[in-house]
Amino acid sequence: MKYLCLIYFDEAKHAALTEAEHRELTRACLAYDEELKEAGRYITSSPLQYVNTAATVRVTNGKISATDGPFAETKEQLGGFIMIKARDLNEAIAVAAKIPVGWLGCVEVRPLPLNWPPPS
Amino acid sequence: MGRRIEAVYRQESRRVFASLVRLLGDLDLAEEALHDAFVAAAQQWPRDGEPRNPRAWLVSAGRFKAVDRLRRRTRHDAAVKEIAVAPETPDPSAWPDPFAQNEETVADDQLRLIYTCCHPVLSPDAEVALTLREVCGLTTEEIASAFLTGAPTLAQRIVRAKARIRQDGIPYETPAAPDVAARLASVLHVIYLVFNEGYSASSGENLGRADLAAEAIRLGRLLCALTPEREALGLLALMLLQDSRRNARASADGDLILLSDQDRSLWDRAQIAEGQALVTQALLAGPPDPYALQAAIAAVHANAAHSDVTDWAEIVGLYDVLAGVQPSPVVELNRAAAVAMRDGPQQGLALIDALLARGDLADYHLAHAARADLCRRLGMTTEAREAYERALLLTRQEPERRYLQRRLDELPA
Repeated sequence: MKYLCLIYFDEAKHAALTEAEHRELTRACLAYDEELKEAGRYITSSPLQYVNTAATVRVTNGKISATDGPFAETKEQLGGFIMIKARDLNEAIAVAAKIPVGWLGCVEVRPLPLNWPPPS
Repeated sequence: MGRRIEAVYRQESRRVFASLVRLLGDLDLAEEALHDAFVAAAQQWPRDGEPRNPRAWLVSAGRFKAVDRLRRRTRHDAAVKEIAVAPETPDPSAWPDPFAQNEETVADDQLRLIYTCCHPVLSPDAEVALTLREVCGLTTEEIASAFLTGAPTLAQRIVRAKARIRQDGIPYETPAAPDVAARLASVLHVIYLVFNEGYSASSGENLGRADLAAEAIRLGRLLCALTPEREALGLLALMLLQDSRRNARASADGDLILLSDQDRSLWDRAQIAEGQALVTQALLAGPPDPYALQAAIAAVHANAAHSDVTDWAEIVGLYDVLAGVQPSPVVELNRAAAVAMRDGPQQGLALIDALLARGDLADYHLAHAARADLCRRLGMTTEAREAYERALLLTRQEPERRYLQRRLDELPA
C-alpha cells in the first residue's frame, strides 16, 4: 500500500527556529529520507514553502478565480509531505511517527486508493 | 527469486518476527527489522544464493539491521536512546548466535508473542487485534474489514496496545507457573472470539467470515503444538467440529440453513474425525472444561446421520454439566432448545419464558428467535409473530434477518 504523510506545523514556530536548529532539522530530514530509501519505503517527499506564497484556484461556471491562501482558521499549516510504501496503516503510522519535522506539529497519514487509475 | 522470497515471507515471516521481538525487546523495532531483513534478502539472495537456513539468516540480518539503525539514530536523537539500551548489549557480536536456535526456541518465541498479545492488561478488543496482526500477520486494513471497523480506529487500538505493553514493561515471556492457567485462559478466549466472529458474524452482509475462522483454527493448531494443554485441545476440537459444517450452513444465495435442514453429506468428515479424536483426548485428560464440553455437544450432532436420530438426551446431559461448570444464560438458552427437542416444544418454551422473565436475554435476538420457533410449532401464531418481530429488531446480521423475515412471512394470517 502507498500512504501520503502530510506534515502540518505552526509556521511561526518553524520560522522562530535558530539557524543551527534549522540546519539540524534539514540534516535530520534528509537522513530520514535516506533511511526510507534504504528500507525500500521511499516514493517521494518535499517540504513546502509557507502558505503566504500559495494561491487557491477555483473554477466556477467556467470562470477562473485565484485568491491568496488557503486561510484556514487552524494554527498549523501543511508544510511538507512524504509518500511511502508500507504493509499496512500501522506500519505507515510507525514511519510517520519518526518524521523529524513532524515533531513540530502533526502528521496526517492518508492511504492512496488501491486501484488507481482504474482499469480501462 | 522474487517469488521465492515471497514464499519464504509467507511461510517464515511470523516466526522470524517472533524471534526478533525476543532479541530486540520491542514490537515496533522488530517489525522494522523484519522488513529490513526481507529487503536485504531481496538484494543478496539473487546474488549470493539462498542461505542454507533462511529463517536463521533472516533473524540474524534483521537483528543486525536494527542495531545498525539504532546506532545511527542515537547519534542525533535522544528520544530513541531509551530503546537502544533494550537489547542486552549494543555489540551484536556479543549476542548469542541466532543460528544456534533450534525449532524449540522458535516455537517458544511464538508462544511468548501470543502471551504478550493476549496479556490481561489489554482489553479483549485490543488482544484480538494485536494477535491477528502480530501473530497471524494480517494487515490493519484486513482486520478492520473483518470486524467492520474503520482502519483508523483499529490502527489506534493497536498503537495504544503497543504503548501499553511498552509503558507497563510487559515482558516477552511465557508466564510462570502460578499465572499460567489464567494466562492460557485469556489466550484461548482471544482465539475463541476470533473464531466466533468468523463462524457467525455479529453483524454485516455475511453469515460468517471464513478467513477469520481459518485464522482461529490455525492459531488453535499452533497453540496445541506449542502447549498441548487439555483446554487448548478442547477449543481446537470445538472449532474444527463447528467449522466442519461451513459448506452446509448457507445456501448458494447466502441464506442461513438451520442444523436440522443441512445436507449432512456436505459436512467435512476429515475435520469431524480430527475434532472427535481431540475432544476425546481433552475429556480424558481431566475434569470437563467448557470448550471440551461444547465440542462434545458438537460431536453428538456430527454423529447423527440425520437430525431425527440426534441423541438429544445426551445433548441435554452435556448442557447440564456445562451449566454447572460455566453457568450462563446463553448456556441455559441452548439447553432449553435441546430440552424442546427431547421433551417437546411446550417444555422448552417454559424454560425460555422463565429465562426471558429474568431479563438476562431480553436483548439477545437468538432468545426471541428460539421462542418464536417454539410458539410457531405450538400453533401460537400471535406469540410467534411478536417474538419474530422482536428478534428482527435485534439482529444485526443480514442472513439472519432474511431467515427471520421468511419465517415471519410464512406464519398463517
